[in-house]
Amino acid sequence: MTRFAPTLFAGFFLVLWEAAVRLAGAPEYLVPGPVAIVGAFLATPSLFLASLASTLGVTATALAVAAVLGVALALVMQASPLARAAFQPWTVVLQVTPIVAIAPLVVVWVGDPFASVVICATIIAFFPVFSATATGLAAAPPELLDLFRLNGARRWDTLLLLRLPAALPYFLAGLRISGGLALVGTVSAEIVAGSGGVASGLAYRILEAGYRLQVPRMFAALALLSASGVAINAALGALGRALLRGRGEA
Amino acid sequence: MLTLDRLVRRFPNGTEALHEASLHIGKGDFITLLGPSGCGKSTLLRLIAGLDQPDQGRIAWASGTAPAPGEIGFVFQDPTLLPWADAADNVFLPLRLRGRSRSGAAAEIQAALARVGLERFAHAHPRELSGGMRMRVSIARALVTRPRLLLMDEPFAALDEFTRFRLQEDLQGLWRELGCTVVFVTHSIYEACFLARRIVLMTPRPGRIAQEIVSRLTPGPGARLALAYTELVAEVTRAMQASLARAAA
Repeated sequence: MTRFAPTLFAGFFLVLWEAAVRLAGAPEYLVPGPVAIVGAFLATPSLFLASLASTLGVTATALAVAAVLGVALALVMQASPLARAAFQPWTVVLQVTPIVAIAPLVVVWVGDPFASVVICATIIAFFPVFSATATGLAAAPPELLDLFRLNGARRWDTLLLLRLPAALPYFLAGLRISGGLALVGTVSAEIVAGSGGVASGLAYRILEAGYRLQVPRMFAALALLSASGVAINAALGALGRALLRGRGEA
Repeated sequence: MLTLDRLVRRFPNGTEALHEASLHIGKGDFITLLGPSGCGKSTLLRLIAGLDQPDQGRIAWASGTAPAPGEIGFVFQDPTLLPWADAADNVFLPLRLRGRSRSGAAAEIQAALARVGLERFAHAHPRELSGGMRMRVSIARALVTRPRLLLMDEPFAALDEFTRFRLQEDLQGLWRELGCTVVFVTHSIYEACFLARRIVLMTPRPGRIAQEIVSRLTPGPGARLALAYTELVAEVTRAMQASLARAAA
């Protein structure tokens, strides 16, 4: 029963929403019901799916770049106390600076809409995966580090056989958070970039529908975004569980 | 095998963990370092292992040089196994760090696991093993390189009484079979008396070697019920009480 509770709650909520809209006689341009939202999606499904593909493409690219850069910087900071001292404060700056404040600059400087959006999404997705990996690399048990020393391990051995495997659960947890943030970063940057055309992302569909007071279309794009966020989170969670189960840990 | 000559170890916060600790450890000895928590037993073990350096004093090895990697086996209070590796790969670790191949070391890994009674659990991961079995893997890992010196830092402290008794008996059997030198840290008088040939008492911080008692107990599973064991426990208890009283005075 507990397993199906979220689905049951969603069904109950949607029925209640539709009933409330119909009973109150609320106009569609103000609060559309779920049926109207589905109708708006079905009117131009290919347009929505193309936008969804665009947004997910940018999100996946940004997540991959953030993961590579995050792991690379975490490794550099693990290997060098000087690099740790130099970079640590700047990574926090990246974390606390609102992406909507940076995005217009990135769009102006970079020019290419796709690259601009990827850069903005990468900036926002970078910190969790970097921070978690850095924590994981430093979290190897001191006794095991002693054991490696006692057996004459080289730094490379310690990194490959101890620190990296020990950091994997941390990396996966960070990646899961970064996955959601990459989507948030993509949508924020898409809103700022505001590029048009069929290949535009879902954020542009929301803006476009808003300008035309096509509120059911706004909701349809919003629902696709939420579903994408849930799917990214679930996919990364499943990936983490599969990898850890494969090593006998989950 | 080695001599500890007036070792002093102070930590950066000013705490003196060891004060002029001297001890001779002979080849084939089974020594327990016995003392209250914080008396520097583990610090002494880490100095012997080369994992830490004394502020004063020296460690003189009979061979003239400190042992090469793999010649000292270390068993920690926790099994400290790699959770992502199975029992065989955990035992293989010290050999891998010495450049051995997995296939070339298969026989040694199997023999080490068999020595601790875990040959059927070679492919089990740590989370699939009980606390006692994990500690056995840890001991097998320490023994797989056939170390000249085995250092053990309260390895059975977290185990239940039944498992602890069995592992103590197994360890004593391994020591007799392999003939290596064992230095075993414990704060249990009963454990120290059952296991060791020489019981070294340490004072509360800063740790000093207070007294050494030589066991006349015949080793073996029946030793716990022998009158000599009860007498040894009483002798060590009296010595420990006297040492604590002197430290408090």
